[in-house]
Amino acid sequence: MFEIIASIIDGILVGSVYGMAAMGLTLIWGVMNVINLTHGALIVAGMFAVFLLVQAFGVSAYVVAPATLAIGFFAGVAIYWIAVQRMIGRPPLMSLLSTFSVNMILIGLGTSLWGTVLFNVEVSLPGLTLGNYTFPGTHLMAAALTLLIAVLLYFFLQFTRQGKAIRAVSGNREAAELVGIPTRRVLAMAFGLGAALACGAGALIATMFPFTVLAGGAYQLKSFVVTVLGGLGNPAGALLGGVALGLVEGLTTPFIPVSWTSVIEFVIFIFVLIAYPRGLFNFTFRRS
Amino acid sequence: MTPLRFLRQPFFWVIVAMTAVFIAWPLATGDVRLRESLVLAAVYIILASNLNLMLGYAGYVNFGSIVFFGLGGYVGVYLISEQHWHPVAAALAAGISVSALALLFGLGILRLRGFYFALSTIGVNEGVRAFVSNFAPWGGASGLYISLDSYQSLGGPRQALWTIYILLVGVMALSLLLSFGIKRSKFGLGLRAIGQNEDAAGVLGVPTPLYKALAYSISAFLPAVAGSFYFFKSAFIQPVDAFDLGFSVEVIVTVMLGGTGTVAGPAIGAFLYEELRGWLLTSPAFSNFQLVIAGALLLAIVIFAPGGVMGWIFRHIPKMRRILE
Repeated sequence: MFEIIASIIDGILVGSVYGMAAMGLTLIWGVMNVINLTHGALIVAGMFAVFLLVQAFGVSAYVVAPATLAIGFFAGVAIYWIAVQRMIGRPPLMSLLSTFSVNMILIGLGTSLWGTVLFNVEVSLPGLTLGNYTFPGTHLMAAALTLLIAVLLYFFLQFTRQGKAIRAVSGNREAAELVGIPTRRVLAMAFGLGAALACGAGALIATMFPFTVLAGGAYQLKSFVVTVLGGLGNPAGALLGGVALGLVEGLTTPFIPVSWTSVIEFVIFIFVLIAYPRGLFNFTFRRS
Repeated sequence: MTPLRFLRQPFFWVIVAMTAVFIAWPLATGDVRLRESLVLAAVYIILASNLNLMLGYAGYVNFGSIVFFGLGGYVGVYLISEQHWHPVAAALAAGISVSALALLFGLGILRLRGFYFALSTIGVNEGVRAFVSNFAPWGGASGLYISLDSYQSLGGPRQALWTIYILLVGVMALSLLLSFGIKRSKFGLGLRAIGQNEDAAGVLGVPTPLYKALAYSISAFLPAVAGSFYFFKSAFIQPVDAFDLGFSVEVIVTVMLGGTGTVAGPAIGAFLYEELRGWLLTSPAFSNFQLVIAGALLLAIVIFAPGGVMGWIFRHIPKMRRILE
C-alpha cells in the first residue's frame, strides 16, 4: 500500500513539471488562439541549454536554470516575429503549419548537430528516504521550482502592469488596443513567456531523465493532454492538469507495464476533448 | 455525374494520361530504381489526394491522416502473413475495416472544430500507435514480418513487386478520380460549403454531421488499401513506421505545396515534394538538413503563397481553369 502511495506522490512531483510546460502552451493559446507546435522543440532547447551550460561552466544545473528561461524568452519572441505574427486571426491550419515548420527546422538543426544519441545532465542531490522508498532529490527540487515559477507567474499576471496588459489582450484584443495597450508587443511578450516556460520545464526534465533531440515530441503530446485536462487557455488549470496526469502515471505504474501508460493517457485525452472541451479544471473564468 | 459526361471532361483524360505514364515508363525501361521512386510518389499522391477531401474541401485539419495508412498496413500484413489471405483480398478487407473504424472515430471527434479537431487527430494517431505497440497479436513494438512464401500468390517476389506497383498506381488513379468525382458532386459542394462556413451550410440544409463523417470515412478507404499494398511490399511493418506523425505532416506539406481544395494540386505537390526529398536525401551536403529545408519550404509557402502551385497557375494562366481541376 505504501509503495502505491509513494508511486503516486512521485508521479505528482514529475507531473507538476509537465504542468509547467503545459502552462506555456496554454498561456499562448489563451492570449492569441494559436497552438504552438514549436513547443516540443522549445522543451528540447531547454534540455540542451542546461546541458551545454553545465558542461561549459561546470556549475550545478539549478544555477543555470534561470538562464534557460531567458534563452526561451528570446527564442519565443524571435519565433513570434518570424512565424506567428502574420498568422493570428487566420484559419487554424495556417498557424499550426507555420509553427510546425519552425519545429521541423529546429529539430532538423538539432539532429544534424547532436544526432539522436542519449544525453543526460549529472545532478548530485540527496534523495528523501521514507520507509523503503526513496524520492529522488531531483524530482523534489523540480516540483519545488515549478511551484515557485507558478507563483511568480501568478503574481506577474495578476499585479504587474505587463501582466495586466497580457490579460487584457487575452480578454478582448480590440478593446485593449482602444485603451492604448501596444498589443503587438504584448503578444510577442506573451509568446516569449510561453516559450520560456517550455524551456524551463525542459531544463528541469533534463535534470530528471536522460533525453535525445527527438524527446520533444513525447513531452509536447503530454503537454497537449495536460492542457486539455486543464482547459485550453487556463494556466492554473494546466498546473492542476499536470498534477492529475502525474497522478494517473503514478497510480498505473505499479499495476501495468509502463508502455501501456500512454494508451491510457490518449484515451483520457480524446474522452476529455469530446466530453469536456473546456477542460476538467476550468473554474477560473468562463467565456461563451 | 453520369459516366458518359465524365468522358467529356478534359481533366478525366489528364488523369488517364498520368496513370498511363506511371505504368508505361518503368515497364518500358525495366528500371527498378525509377519504379521505387515512383512507388513513393504514388503513395504520397494517394495520401495527399485523400487528405485533401478533409483538409481542402471540408476545411478540417487532420494531423493524423497517416493512421489510416498504418492501420490498413497492419490489417493487410496480418491477414496475409497470419491468415494466408490473397494480397488483394487482404487489401480490400483492410480498406473496408479501416473505413468503418474511421466512421466510428469520426462520429466522435468530428463534433470538435478547428484547433480542437486538429489536436484530437494527433491524439487518435498517437493513441493507436501506443495501442498497437502493446498489442501482442500484431507483434507489439517489433511488428509483423511477411515470409517469402506469401509472395507466391503473385508469381514470386520479383514478379510481385511489379504487380504491387501497378496495383498502387491503380489506387492512385482511383484516388484522383474519387477526388474529382466528389468535387463535381452535390456531396462535394456540401463539403466545400462546410469548409467556407459550417453554420451557414447547416442552415441552408447541408447535413453537416453526416457529410463530415462520410468524408472522414471515405478519406480512410484508399489510404488503407495503399498501406496494405505498401507494407506487403516492404515485407515488414512496425508501429514506428506505420504511425509516423512526421510523415503525416509531410503529406499536409504536399497538399499545401500543390494547393488545397483542388484535385490536381495535391498530386502536383506530392510529386514535386517526393522528387525534392529524394534529391535532398542523396545529395551529401543536404542529407542532414532534409527536415530543415522541408520546414523552411513549408514556412515560405504558408507565409507567401498559401494558394500553392495551383493558386499560382490559376492566377497567371487563367485558361488552365478549364483543363485542370
